[in-house]
Amino acid sequence: MMAVKMALRSIGANKMRAALTMLGIIIGVMALVVLVSLVDSATSSITSEVSSLGSSLLTVRVSDDKGIPVKLQDLENWVDTEPSIAAMAPYATSTATGKFGTESADFNVYGVTQDEYKIQSMQLIMGRFIAASDVKNSNRVCVIPEGTAEDLIGYKDCLGKEISLNGIKYTVVGVLEDEEESLATILSGGMKTAYIPYTSLMRLSTDNGSTISTFYIGAAEGYTLDQAEEVMKNLLLERFNEDDDAFSISSQNMIEEAMGRISNFLNILLGGIAAISLIVGGIGIMNIMLVTVTERTREIGIRKAIGASRRTILVQFLIEAVVLCMLGCALGIFVSWGILQIISAITVSASISFRLNGRVVVLSVLFCFLIGVIFGLYPANKAAKMKPIDALHYGG
Amino acid sequence: MIELRDVSKIYQIGDERVHALDHANLHVYPKEFVSIIGPSGSGKSTLMNIIGCLDVADGGQYLLDGMPIEAYSENELANVRNRKIGFVFQSFNLIAKLSAEENVELPLIYQGVKRAERQQRVHEALERVGLSKRAKHLPTELSGGQQQRVAVARALVTKPSLILADEPTGNLDSKTSREIMQMFQELHEQGNTIVLITHDNDIARQAKRIVHILDGRLTEVSL
Ligand SMILES: Nc1ncnc2c1ncn2[C@@H]1O[C@H](COP(=O)(O)OP(=O)(O)OP(=O)(O)O)[C@@H](O)[C@H]1O
Ligand SMILES: [Mg+2]
Repeated sequence: MMAVKMALRSIGANKMRAALTMLGIIIGVMALVVLVSLVDSATSSITSEVSSLGSSLLTVRVSDDKGIPVKLQDLENWVDTEPSIAAMAPYATSTATGKFGTESADFNVYGVTQDEYKIQSMQLIMGRFIAASDVKNSNRVCVIPEGTAEDLIGYKDCLGKEISLNGIKYTVVGVLEDEEESLATILSGGMKTAYIPYTSLMRLSTDNGSTISTFYIGAAEGYTLDQAEEVMKNLLLERFNEDDDAFSISSQNMIEEAMGRISNFLNILLGGIAAISLIVGGIGIMNIMLVTVTERTREIGIRKAIGASRRTILVQFLIEAVVLCMLGCALGIFVSWGILQIISAITVSASISFRLNGRVVVLSVLFCFLIGVIFGLYPANKAAKMKPIDALHYGG
Repeated sequence: MIELRDVSKIYQIGDERVHALDHANLHVYPKEFVSIIGPSGSGKSTLMNIIGCLDVADGGQYLLDGMPIEAYSENELANVRNRKIGFVFQSFNLIAKLSAEENVELPLIYQGVKRAERQQRVHEALERVGLSKRAKHLPTELSGGQQQRVAVARALVTKPSLILADEPTGNLDSKTSREIMQMFQELHEQGNTIVLITHDNDIARQAKRIVHILDGRLTEVSL
């Protein structure tokens, strides 16, 4: 403790120099903490978005139907017979030009069944969702998010209004709460969204036959997703002659895993770059410590004359280097915190909150400590090795 | 306590070899007060540095407490300087950024003395040299005489068996010189071994025994 106080004092004796020396460490720590925190916050927010799409959701893709394609009727049968499967929804989309009066917009049209509502956990503001009877009768009804309603029709309360998709008129029966502005909506580049009965979509576009090649399933209450996956797998194996290449079942977890791998890779890459700048900062520390040792040769001589051992001198200068590093580290973390606050404030609309990543803070503290020791060792050893008589007579 | 046998120290400057010490022999017994006198450049400081284990001789043998100096390890030498020897230099050699009491405290820190005891002993030492009121001052805020008194306090705070003083009054006026010398007298009366180096006859005469040094050779002067 005593030694740390002494070190702080000799650093304080030359504040300007200490500040300039620490700059390298400060910038290095900032790079490390800010970059890694950004990547982590971004990925964790994307991952949580992905999982909010439905954490109890499996996506099934049939690549080779062997002449017995899956039909809507099959999905209904499976839901009825298998207790572990709560809901199934075919996945079909198409793009269409939507018109209301003179307004028009490009649409992503999703063909859904009544189960989609359960699976995707959507929130209705008014009206109702697509019903089983709508699917059965291929009714020309649609459900749209409030944003789409406001943009195309001009107001939210638009139940009963008719919008046309590729020239066919659909009656609005429900309005959904808008999704938060998410990466998905940004990527979709301002396309509007509409949900219509699956069977109606078949007629809207030609590329969606009555064959279902992709569909979602959800696990029933009291069953895990893994159990539902197992049941589904057995059903499909039976159907496709035990050929497990004919279909694939993927869960959101796999997407999350992939996200995790990407963010790990980014963290290692960015962390590596930041580590290099920290090492450069460490060289700056070494440089200044060498100057300090030379300047204080006489002091070292005096200390040795009154009984300081090599070890004592070594530890003294080593602690000074480490303290210098740790001060720089603390400042760097503080500045990083400030920067992340500012970024969060600026990007408040993107619903991603950038916060200091605890692990990278601990990591940078350890790393700075290590750098202080490694780059302090050479100057400290130089000081410790001085002969008392030479040091005492240095510079008169 | 101190025994020098044919100790030599040669400095090579270019082609010229300077015999700073030339087969010097000296025996100092415990509780003695010896002064070493000689003109400038005669090798006094060189002698003191060797006695004080700050420097090593090029030839001859130096026995400290009966043991040859080569037998001490680097760490043991630091320990000897710390516990057995107290230095007082001509140029004070205080650490400029430490206050008077911190300068005095330093050798005790190196000994690993506990904080409470340290403070007690530092206070005693400063009291003894009459500087307790200046404890918090930095060396630059003290006069030369006061600085030298701080240096004396630092030398005696460890209760060393040997005090080595290299022209302790060289930079001081005659009045403060007398005060400092008075302190050495007292220390001697309390049973310390003192080796005092000077080029001033008046000061040398205050010691019980005087040794002359000239061109690195020592000769005993009996009073
Ligand atoms: N580091 C050194 N390198 C070269 N020569 C030296 C060195 N130190 C001392 N000398 C030489 O050794 C001789 C003795 O020097 P020393 O310092 O012991 O003299 P001194 O008696 O203490 O003189 P003073 O009274 O001026 O302090 C001198 O001739 C000096 O030039
Ligand atoms: Mg001298």
